[in-house]
Amino acid sequence: MQAKRSVVALSVAAAFALSACGQKEEPKPVAASAPAAKPEVVVKLGHVAPMTGPQAHLGKDNENGAVLAVEELNARGMEIGGAKVKFELINEDDQADPKQGSIVAQKLVDAKVNGVIGHLNSGTTIPASKLYADAGIPQISGSATNPKYTQQGFATAFRVMANDVQQGKSLGEFAVKQGVKTVAIVDDRTAYGQGLADEFKKAAEASGLKVVATEYTNDKATDFKAILTKIKSTKAELVFFGGMDAQGGPMAKQMKELGIKAKFLGGDGICTPEFMKLGGPATEGQFCSLPGMPLEKLAKGPEFKERFTKKFGAEIQLYAPYVYDAVMVMADSMKRADSVDPAKFLPAVGKTKYDGVTAMIEFDALGDLKGGAISIYQYKGGKLEYVETLGGSSIESAKADIKADVKEAVADVKDAAKAVAGAATAVGKEAVGDVKDAAKAAAAAGKDAVKAGAAAVKDAADATKAAVEKK
Amino acid sequence: MKNSRFFRSTVGIGLMAGALIALPFVAALGGQAWVRILDFAILYVFLALGLNIVVGLAGLLDLGYIAFYAVGAYTWALLASPHFGLHWPIWAILPIGAGLACFAGVLLGSPTLKLRGDYLAIVTLGFGEIVRIFLNNLNAPINVTNGPQGITLIDPVSFGAFKFSGVTQILGVSVSGPQKYYFLLIALAMLVIVINLRLQNSRIGRAWQAIREDEVAAKAIGINTRNLKLLAFAMGASFGGIAGGIFSAMQGFVSPESFSLIESIMILAMVVLGGMGHIPGVILGAVLLTVLPEVLRYGVGPLQMALFGKMLVDPESLRMLVFGLALVLVMRFKPAGLWPSPERQRELAEAKQ
Amino acid sequence: MDIFLQQIINGLVQGSIYALVALGYTMVYGIMGLINFAHGEVVMIGTLVTITVAGSLLKAGMPVALAGLAGLIAAVLVCMALGWALERVAYRPLRNAPRLTPLITAIGMSIVLQNLAMMIWGRNYLTFPSLLPKVDFELAGANFTAIQIIIVLVSAATMGGLLLLVYRTKLGMAMRATAQNPAVASLMGVNINRVIAAAFVIGSALGAVAGVMVGTYYEIAHYQMGFMLGLKAFTAAVLGGIGNLAGAMLGGILLGIIEALGAGYIGDLTGGFLGSHYQDIFAFVVLIVVLMFKPSGLFGEKTGDRA
Repeated sequence: MQAKRSVVALSVAAAFALSACGQKEEPKPVAASAPAAKPEVVVKLGHVAPMTGPQAHLGKDNENGAVLAVEELNARGMEIGGAKVKFELINEDDQADPKQGSIVAQKLVDAKVNGVIGHLNSGTTIPASKLYADAGIPQISGSATNPKYTQQGFATAFRVMANDVQQGKSLGEFAVKQGVKTVAIVDDRTAYGQGLADEFKKAAEASGLKVVATEYTNDKATDFKAILTKIKSTKAELVFFGGMDAQGGPMAKQMKELGIKAKFLGGDGICTPEFMKLGGPATEGQFCSLPGMPLEKLAKGPEFKERFTKKFGAEIQLYAPYVYDAVMVMADSMKRADSVDPAKFLPAVGKTKYDGVTAMIEFDALGDLKGGAISIYQYKGGKLEYVETLGGSSIESAKADIKADVKEAVADVKDAAKAVAGAATAVGKEAVGDVKDAAKAAAAAGKDAVKAGAAAVKDAADATKAAVEKK
Repeated sequence: MKNSRFFRSTVGIGLMAGALIALPFVAALGGQAWVRILDFAILYVFLALGLNIVVGLAGLLDLGYIAFYAVGAYTWALLASPHFGLHWPIWAILPIGAGLACFAGVLLGSPTLKLRGDYLAIVTLGFGEIVRIFLNNLNAPINVTNGPQGITLIDPVSFGAFKFSGVTQILGVSVSGPQKYYFLLIALAMLVIVINLRLQNSRIGRAWQAIREDEVAAKAIGINTRNLKLLAFAMGASFGGIAGGIFSAMQGFVSPESFSLIESIMILAMVVLGGMGHIPGVILGAVLLTVLPEVLRYGVGPLQMALFGKMLVDPESLRMLVFGLALVLVMRFKPAGLWPSPERQRELAEAKQ
Repeated sequence: MDIFLQQIINGLVQGSIYALVALGYTMVYGIMGLINFAHGEVVMIGTLVTITVAGSLLKAGMPVALAGLAGLIAAVLVCMALGWALERVAYRPLRNAPRLTPLITAIGMSIVLQNLAMMIWGRNYLTFPSLLPKVDFELAGANFTAIQIIIVLVSAATMGGLLLLVYRTKLGMAMRATAQNPAVASLMGVNINRVIAAAFVIGSALGAVAGVMVGTYYEIAHYQMGFMLGLKAFTAAVLGGIGNLAGAMLGGILLGIIEALGAGYIGDLTGGFLGSHYQDIFAFVVLIVVLMFKPSGLFGEKTGDRA
């Protein structure tokens, strides 16, 4: 008996020691000794997302984005600080649980990663960010939209898409545009869902919409008939859902089964192919929002999509392009600072001006994306169709559009003046003088009008830009 | 009897003390994550010992024990963070946390006094869920718990100017935050273990065991079963409350997701797997079940590579699968637990014949 | 009041599913005194098996009704085998073990089954193939579908079949005898091992049917769907008096209706203080209140002290 117990106790200690020893053999950055060959440095990037659980499909999608970026960087071959750089991705599973997230974050800090991409959920990103901040490791998230993440004021916290304040606000404005007067809000009681729903509520009420019902569910539920029935009795015209596709899809379906005619609107959580798959035909005509502009409209978008589907044989679920950009921004910052040491390239991250797949990436003082735009989409015919963009970098494209339109208008006026002048010569030379004068005056007046119009539009665009940048 | 003599001899104590002091530094060789895992193991030892009083000694099947942990954790979070702007010291918060947890224990116990076995289980389970859902939703109309976002930037433990977070130099040795917490936890654990041992061998402890074996007979010989059951819940809960407070301080962040049903079930598994009612067994169970998933997390990937040369199965799914199998196998071959009390072993041996 | 009927209908359908699953729990408990925590996972596997079998048959061009039936049969067979294996491998060796040991084994098996399902079927949500016609009805302002009616009817039929089995057949009598007193029953010539195995197998078959119902109703499935469902069904079984078949059925249906009404009316009842975010605990509160007045559940008999 005594021997057995000692054996048990000793084996526990031994297991510990063995695992600790095992840790020592983890790969460390290799610095080549031969001076002739270019030294090679391994840069470790940590990536964290839920790889098990209800959001595992999104976690895998994020991982794919990161893997694609790392492979392309390695294929390209970068040189930083006089050494050839090889990127290595360390992928961890946080199960969307804050406790696991902290454990995994500590693991990455111990492994002395040079940077962290992630986490996926706001609920895990926020607590983990403290660990990374304490260790001085830059952290860029491609999907955590809760505003608190950057509001904590950590120098190491960044994100490459618009946060929920912007998203909720844009969704609220969009709801008003839809011409509805009453709205019901459902949130799934997670950090993300509740944050988004609250922002939407603020924006909706500020725009004069009446919130007639606030109902709740959770992120593991499948049956919403009870709360939907209650919503039906309030005759709300729009139902807003703050939560993920795994609940949103069945919710839309059950709405249809209960005969609820209200429109369905949600955030980035339901803007995925899963939503359509799970909701079936009930998702037709519903709206959702995504940060940034649609891939098809972005310069590098379609090509990225092609590369992604070719490599993984799967559709982009949601955040893969943002995670891809996050990795690229990390590498770009290292290149600009000419160092892979977090202490040295962290300041460079804040000064990023990188033309990514998803947007022109610049960070504001808190680490949020500057000029983050939100795009609204509608499910039509089994596909996500782009509706419009609100806020942010859309200003640039709008400006460009305006310029083009003005140019066209001026050209038209010129042609019209020419035609008038031509007609005048055909009428008679006496009248020509008068007509010429008249035409000139008309052209001048037209030009002035167009100029004034263009100036007015420019003023409006500038004002909006200033307003957005103020946020 | 032989083993306790060994453990009580000076050499035994000296060796154990030495091992315990060296352990966090050995673990740190593999990274601070391992020290944190050690800290969590000790926290779960607190929880397992607390549950041991309720389930092991008094025989009351409690599936909602994590609620007391949550009460302790949120008490610390509310009294030592920017949330309410309060920053009370440890010697004020821990007793309050333990007291509130005691109160919660009595609250849970009262409606269950007439219930038998598995009815009790489901009611305690419900209670655990009720606490968790309240914590998740008490952010309107008054924001008490900040809902699913949880409470961040919680103060670490500090004795005056000596903070438990960050690295300090003690006697020329660099001691990190998790390592400091380790020593605090070990000290508290000693206290808790001594209290448990005293309880177990006291009149109260024996009364609890009587209730566990045969409640009707216990009542018949004059034991006030009602009061003793409530006492069991209260005492068990208080340990959970203390552990919760330290957990909150250590992690700097609490959210309702850490206090789910699966946690309660895990703690019950620790008690049963270790050896119900036997303090050393319960400690072993807690340490093993905390450390095993982490060892698997680190080990499953490299093990597959070594054995098969490639990843046959996702390490994440394999990890939990192996854990579940471990539970089943241990229960199959050691039904009374890994280290049951001597009385149990005798009972088992008799039953086998 | 206008949504009252709708909520009742919602609750009735949900409750029928709970009842089917609760029966599995209560049968095993009645005979063995064991809470089979892994039962929820058996239901989940039933759903996933149906998806695979019916899905691939549909793709191969089989007509919907046949594919659906084949899926159902496959699910029932697989779950029956699973239930039998569970009993034989995990629980039989522990017949004489301390009371809590099989509970931990059950928890371990639950984890094992969940992760096996994740490895086999992946971690994404799966869509259930459309097996039943989608017809909507409206009655007095309440909407319901043909599927809902079918679920209630199938559940009722299955439960009726079970009652027939337990009260009118020899096997049923053997089961009731074993539940009352295993030692005496074996003296009377009942093969205890076979009876216990039968209880597991039949309970799992019921679980499989419930799994197919769940899949048809919500049209999605996921490897983690069994846990919550199992928990709610267990609550229902306790509410009705665990070990009692009629109690499990009634408990299941009651629980479904209470949840639906609770989610719908909790805001009105508490003047807006509590909202539907507390709907999950509504059921537990009701349970606690019921148990305070009837400590053995609604239909439970006062059993002797099980030490």
